Amino acid sequence: MNPAERPALSFIGVSKSFGPKQVLRDVSFDVFPGEALCVLGRSGTGKSVTLKLIMSLLKPDSGKIFIEEDDITGLGTDELSRVRRKIGFLFQDAALFDSLSLYENLALPLARLTKKSPQEIDSIIDKMLRQVGLGDDKSKMPSKLSGGMRKRAGLARALVLEPKILLADEPSSGLDRITAAEIDELLIQQKKERHTTVIVVTHDVHGARRVGDSFAVFDKGQLVARGTTDEVEHSANETARKLISEY
Amino acid sequence: MFGLRVVKDFFRRPFEGSQIVRQLAEVGAKSVPLVVASGFAVGAVMTLHTRNTLVMFGATAEIPTVQSLAFFVEIGPLVVGLLLAGRVGSGIGAVLANMRATEQIDGVESLSIDSFKFLVVPRVIACVLAVPLLTLFMDFSGLLSGFLAEHAASHISFQLYIVRAFAALDWSNYIPPTLKTAVFGFIIGTVSAYFGYTTDEGALGVGKAATNSVVVSSLLIIISDVVLVKCISFAFPGSAI
Repeated sequence: MNPAERPALSFIGVSKSFGPKQVLRDVSFDVFPGEALCVLGRSGTGKSVTLKLIMSLLKPDSGKIFIEEDDITGLGTDELSRVRRKIGFLFQDAALFDSLSLYENLALPLARLTKKSPQEIDSIIDKMLRQVGLGDDKSKMPSKLSGGMRKRAGLARALVLEPKILLADEPSSGLDRITAAEIDELLIQQKKERHTTVIVVTHDVHGARRVGDSFAVFDKGQLVARGTTDEVEHSANETARKLISEY
Repeated sequence: MFGLRVVKDFFRRPFEGSQIVRQLAEVGAKSVPLVVASGFAVGAVMTLHTRNTLVMFGATAEIPTVQSLAFFVEIGPLVVGLLLAGRVGSGIGAVLANMRATEQIDGVESLSIDSFKFLVVPRVIACVLAVPLLTLFMDFSGLLSGFLAEHAASHISFQLYIVRAFAALDWSNYIPPTLKTAVFGFIIGTVSAYFGYTTDEGALGVGKAATNSVVVSSLLIIISDVVLVKCISFAFPGSAI
């Protein structure tokens, strides 16, 4: 990461409430191109909401969110669609489309959003599925995949359009240590090989330490610590110190 | 507003042809067995009841006419509307609510695909196209089972039954009532998609969306039928029996 670069993502004074409950309160931070940021915090502190705000699946009540040079809080449908193509999202339960096979799940964005020929699409999907270890499973329906396979398939779909930014919502939740480590390896590989900016929301501090270049710790809707492992370990905030040490 | 958005988005690119075909198979083709079986049952029962009454007046020759008028003008359209509100409405409501609960709709949006246009519009269009076609299946299966019931009782020939069935039938007796079912299809599609697409109650919302889809669609179909029958008889005075 190079602070002289334009950030890949910026939160500036972002707040978000659901009814009377304020989930995020005046949150500001930058993430630079190629950086892997791990977002930690107790349950219900606004981590997943942060990812949904980045993807513009939710709108903030106040503040600005920049994806490179675009303030996504004021964009119309078409402009938003253009910005979203820069972002891949691995959902907590993968969010694969039940009615489509694994191949069709990956082919959908390629067929709709690119001008690639069917042969090119086949080749990209084969390569992507081999990369995540699902080369022999492309005709399977999502309901026939195990939890780990679903996560890997969700990651493959998130990466199929070669996004500049990859968001992962609890990529290791519900997985055994070995499978979780495999997912972490795929995220690290993506960061190293494609210089992708990676933002991971996780409770798995062990995995976060492997994947993350830096950390953001949320508590009660506020960003209470931001920095490297060492900086968060010596943070003034007790919750941040406890969270980063719990592994 | 939800229905207006469906109409507006239908005319916006991309036109989602493959999704519409996929939904037509789901809504239309998979409903054929239910509609045909129901048409057969209702047609046979109606002939048996009608025969008992018309025998008293020596008017059994009118059974084919009564059967065709009843089916084409009202029974076919209304029964198909209500059947599909159950089978298709609950299905659309539950599927979309489940997609919402499992973040699949967010997944569609995250791939830069307009989820409303991709998931809702094709389902509504499929309902609008499928219901009139299924109504014809219901009409003819009811007529066929009516013939079988009458043949068993009076040995009437198929040719004579058909001649009598269509002798009193004017185009205004079957085209406007059949086309009005496109409105029923629009109601089923928009109501059930609305309950499924807008739910935010997780797994609990799936059941609620399915139930609400059936109840509200059925109610609106019955109410709109009253209005449409009045409109049709005003626009086509000859259609009134």
